[in-house]
Amino acid sequence: MADVALGKKFLGQPVERVEDEILLMGKAQYSDHLPTRAGTQHAAILRSPHAHAKIISIDTTRAENIPGVTAVMTGDDVKEMSEAFLIVLRQPINQWALAVEKVRYVGEPVAIVVARNRYIAEDALAEIDVTYEAMKPAVDQEEAILDDAPIVHEAVGSNVVSTRDFTYGDPDDAFAAADKVVKMKIRYPRNSQTPLEGFVVTADYHQGENLYDVASNYQGPFTSHPVMSMALRVKNSQLRMRTPQWSGGGFGIKVQIFPYVVLICLASKKVGKPVKWVEDKLEHLSAAAAAPNRLIKMEAAVKNDGTVTGFRFDQQDDYGAFLRAPMPGPLYRMHGILTGAYDIKNLSVTNRVVMTNKCPSAMVRGFGGPQMYYGIERIMHKVATELGMDPLDVIRKNLVPAGVFPYRAAAGALIDSGDYPGAVERAVKEGALEDLKKRRDEMRAAGKKYGIGYAAIVEPAQSNMGYLSNILPRDERQRNPKGGAVANATVNVDPLGTVSVTADSIPQGQGHMTILSQIVADVLGLTPDQIKVNLDFDTAKDAWSIATGNYSSRFSSATTVACLKAAEKVKAKLARIASQTLNVPADQLEFVDGKIRDPSNPENGINFYRAAGSAHWTPGNLPDEMEPCVRETGSWSPPELESPNEKDQINTSLTYGFVFDFCGIEVDEDTGEVKIDKYVTMHDSGTLLNPLLADGQVHGAFAWAIGCALYEEFVYGDDGSFLTGTFADYLVPTAWEVPEPQIVHMESPSMLTPLGAKGIAEGNCMSTPVCLANAVADALDVEDITLPMTPTRISAMIHGEEKPPNNDKPAVTIPVKGEGNVLRGTGETFVPAEPLEVWNTLLDPKALAAVIPGCHALDLIGDNSYEADVSLGVGPVRGRFKANVGLTEMVEPKKATLSGGLIGPLGASQGSGHVFLEAADDGTKVSYDYAIELTGTVASVGGRLLEGAAKALVKQFFQRLGAQVGGRPVSGGEPWWRNLLRSLGLLK
Amino acid sequence: MKPKAFDYLKVSSAEEAVVALAQGGEDARIIAGGLSLMPMLNFRLAEPSILIDISKVDSLNYIREADGHVEIGAATRQADLMRWDGLADKLPLVNAALPYVGHYQTRAKGTVCGSLSHADPSSELPLCLAVLEGEVDLQSTNGKRTIPADQFQTGMLSTAKQAGEMITAARYPTAKDGCGYAFTEMAQRRGDFAIVALAAIASAKSIKLGIGGVADRPTVREWDLLEGDALNNALNEFAWDLGGYDDIHATARYRRELVRRLGRRVIEEAKTCRS
Repeated sequence: MADVALGKKFLGQPVERVEDEILLMGKAQYSDHLPTRAGTQHAAILRSPHAHAKIISIDTTRAENIPGVTAVMTGDDVKEMSEAFLIVLRQPINQWALAVEKVRYVGEPVAIVVARNRYIAEDALAEIDVTYEAMKPAVDQEEAILDDAPIVHEAVGSNVVSTRDFTYGDPDDAFAAADKVVKMKIRYPRNSQTPLEGFVVTADYHQGENLYDVASNYQGPFTSHPVMSMALRVKNSQLRMRTPQWSGGGFGIKVQIFPYVVLICLASKKVGKPVKWVEDKLEHLSAAAAAPNRLIKMEAAVKNDGTVTGFRFDQQDDYGAFLRAPMPGPLYRMHGILTGAYDIKNLSVTNRVVMTNKCPSAMVRGFGGPQMYYGIERIMHKVATELGMDPLDVIRKNLVPAGVFPYRAAAGALIDSGDYPGAVERAVKEGALEDLKKRRDEMRAAGKKYGIGYAAIVEPAQSNMGYLSNILPRDERQRNPKGGAVANATVNVDPLGTVSVTADSIPQGQGHMTILSQIVADVLGLTPDQIKVNLDFDTAKDAWSIATGNYSSRFSSATTVACLKAAEKVKAKLARIASQTLNVPADQLEFVDGKIRDPSNPENGINFYRAAGSAHWTPGNLPDEMEPCVRETGSWSPPELESPNEKDQINTSLTYGFVFDFCGIEVDEDTGEVKIDKYVTMHDSGTLLNPLLADGQVHGAFAWAIGCALYEEFVYGDDGSFLTGTFADYLVPTAWEVPEPQIVHMESPSMLTPLGAKGIAEGNCMSTPVCLANAVADALDVEDITLPMTPTRISAMIHGEEKPPNNDKPAVTIPVKGEGNVLRGTGETFVPAEPLEVWNTLLDPKALAAVIPGCHALDLIGDNSYEADVSLGVGPVRGRFKANVGLTEMVEPKKATLSGGLIGPLGASQGSGHVFLEAADDGTKVSYDYAIELTGTVASVGGRLLEGAAKALVKQFFQRLGAQVGGRPVSGGEPWWRNLLRSLGLLK
Repeated sequence: MKPKAFDYLKVSSAEEAVVALAQGGEDARIIAGGLSLMPMLNFRLAEPSILIDISKVDSLNYIREADGHVEIGAATRQADLMRWDGLADKLPLVNAALPYVGHYQTRAKGTVCGSLSHADPSSELPLCLAVLEGEVDLQSTNGKRTIPADQFQTGMLSTAKQAGEMITAARYPTAKDGCGYAFTEMAQRRGDFAIVALAAIASAKSIKLGIGGVADRPTVREWDLLEGDALNNALNEFAWDLGGYDDIHATARYRRELVRRLGRRVIEEAKTCRS
């Protein structure tokens, strides 16, 4: 504790994290390390390769017969044993722990194998035969809302499952009186924050008690605890949830473990043994969770001086295949603060919830904020551009002014404290904005593409449990009003006077132990290292409530206060005990240096441990009516978190911090890379409880924001195939890619929390992506910016018309990949045999079997249609598939269309192609084209190599056709360029 | 994400390895660093019957300079080559390329010959071998043979290596007097698979450029000492001829853009550092 001063409060000082040594030296015990009971079985999950398909049949016989397999369960079993999960909306969107009747996204759990170990369980997955009938998927959120779009949930009848309109102030009037209306449409991509540790669940069903005992890295909010117990058809108290002290990261994602908790519980009940499941990275990327992608159509009513008088937002969030509680949170969590950092009174909003055939969306750090501010701060930038003003002047013009706090924002947020203009000026000065502007001028003068971006945002913390109520009509929500946000903490002093603390904060690595030890040490006159904090958690033993958990930056404003209250109760009790001995009124005693004493006569004191000990050793001597022992629980819920009012206003969070960022970036003219030259981030998060931890949160959120702005996106093909199933495809920035931001702090204590602290963990998730986007817009003078700003996207904006190849060369047909994930190609080969001979080979099952690469068996199953068992692959990569191929549009011996599909453990494929036979010198010219859609594991992990692999396989087929029909294909006697193209793999 | 069961054999010589390869048939595989093979095993994209581990074969772990080339044994790690004293002098191109090969941690395990054997179209070490016109030694129970680089890599993840054969060594020709060598690549993050990798050699009479990451194997082209528009035209033709395609990280157009723009940069750099 080098920089920590003794003799003054520990809170506010840079106390080093007690967590660091344990986490960084590999001493932490994570969920996967937790002990399991003897006989624990291991589960593996079969997942859908299709984005949208009917499940026709599932045959588990072969899998069940593998030695070591304990059980195989399908959706039918799950439906019989459990209820569909409760959701927020009153819509028939039924989700069970396994797919029932149809699959709705790539990666959706279809069956579960329980076995002696994970290896055997995964062996058995390959032996489950699922027959799917593929359906057209709804993938793009704008297409999913069209009338003829495939419907994800037929019972709802539409992919738009909720539409709500809100109006605050008089937006129509504001727009009518505006000098200018600025319009913009933005799309925010689908991304996530990917914890090092994935989901882990161990469930042990105790038959005698009808109790499910679950150890998992669930992070709350415990609003989903009743969702699980109701699905399991047990009382809440019969679902015991335990979470470990240590976590490999959460970022919101780990609330979405809950369907798996139910699944593993059911598996344990079925096999009568504990069952453990550990999510792997492909499962995590494809099926855990994603922040919803959002489309916003925005309008701003603007005066010529830059004043924005009104906003109109049409927000459409894509929640993927299911609405898992607490979805659609990202659309409503920010609702009260929809006007951001600006004093804008007139607002109209339409919120739409859209379902598509993608992984269900979920809580991701920032929780609706990155999407919303991407819209607001992009349009503020555009307002400046259209008015010819400096973007910072437009921000300044519209900020909520100083001295008006608490300030009620249009949609209901009660902003507790701050000085936004003051914070901006401090950042401008300390971050040397004028120098940065000079640098921009110099760089531009030197021909460089250089830009400056700004973003001003309000960062909410500690969500109001009633924020989602606004999605319900007024009369409906008034019947069952929700609000508040309860936090709990307990301080215990044992017979020897040592202090321990527990709380329901479910930490994910932030440093909660350190801060709670600071708080308790200050109250009780001890040092932080004398306070033992234990934050593992057990619903069967610990104090908890629905708001329990780790999300929406609730720790610094909520758990800390519950802990403070518990510590103060302990202090009051010990003061009364000490007062008996010291003959000084309890409220006049001070707790200093491990002593309880009279401040006016420090000699008159007793040791802290002695006062505490007497509550254990001599309870008969305690003051009248005092209970023995020292164990106090503090619970806290702020009264400001009310249900939505009759005007739909809601104070969505308790505290509101302020963040102002600016940055300078350079776009590399050749590569299109965005290089961050300077980044300044100003935070007013109220009182800083520990500056080290505060900066740690800023660094973490900033690093992720770099990913969001420049690298990370979950990509889907038009067929709904998932294309980013590895960390070589879903690009998370590493230390190389994250520059060091300059952090500036200002402290405007919150008057609504006793410690004055606000949240700080999510601000840069909200401010940084849009700040960088504004800088790129400034550098390139463009409006339409798509995140992530990858080099290939930037290149498309700056590199202009492309020079074609030289005309005196033969035109080369470049295999162009079509829309989405369709692999396309063309080719030709020469076969030294008559067309009819080639034709007959294609129609002869035996000959065809010899031509198809890796064909084990081929049967004629109908007119010109075949079923085959094939091993396909390139190089060492090989997978076994069941193939169906049919020939249609046959014109003997000239042309035919081949179409069909493949399915196997590595994925599924649909494709078609044309073959043309043409008599040529001494043989046949065979030309072909193909279009193949691929989905499942191979599409998710093989992205970079698929095009080449498909080309190689098709080429192999036609080479073998040539060999089968008439010996080796001939070559030679051709122009030089054909040899060149062949060597490049462009001609066969 | 667990592999299917396989046998594992740790061998102490190339001779022992090729006998095991012959016995194991088509589904036997050599493992050295395992950087590419292990993920494929865990995804079950590859299901070999036996893994023959050559990582501890001392006689295959060497870097040796002789007869105008540097010979690198099949068990030699990329990190060992990077630390080799003669690298900057003798193999300036490889010296420039190695920092782009994965990360510190992956180079500590990954072998030079393993990268050649895996034949990823984006890999730097096969590209360097192709541009320098090196060669690869293969061995099987039937004997030994040597294949020049331009015949070794035959396509995406595919080489001229037959079932039963293993790579025992690769030979990279040493730097020639009067030549300049330069390497660069574009990847989104440091250590990622290259979107385009470029290796250039400039001599007094000619320039040579090799491209990885666009076609299904490294592709090399040689010109006279072109300048200005003539060079731009040559690069443009090369870019179009490579026939790149779109994937989620880059469009074909972007790859061509990089061939033209970075091609120029890397050729200029090679010219300036001619010895």
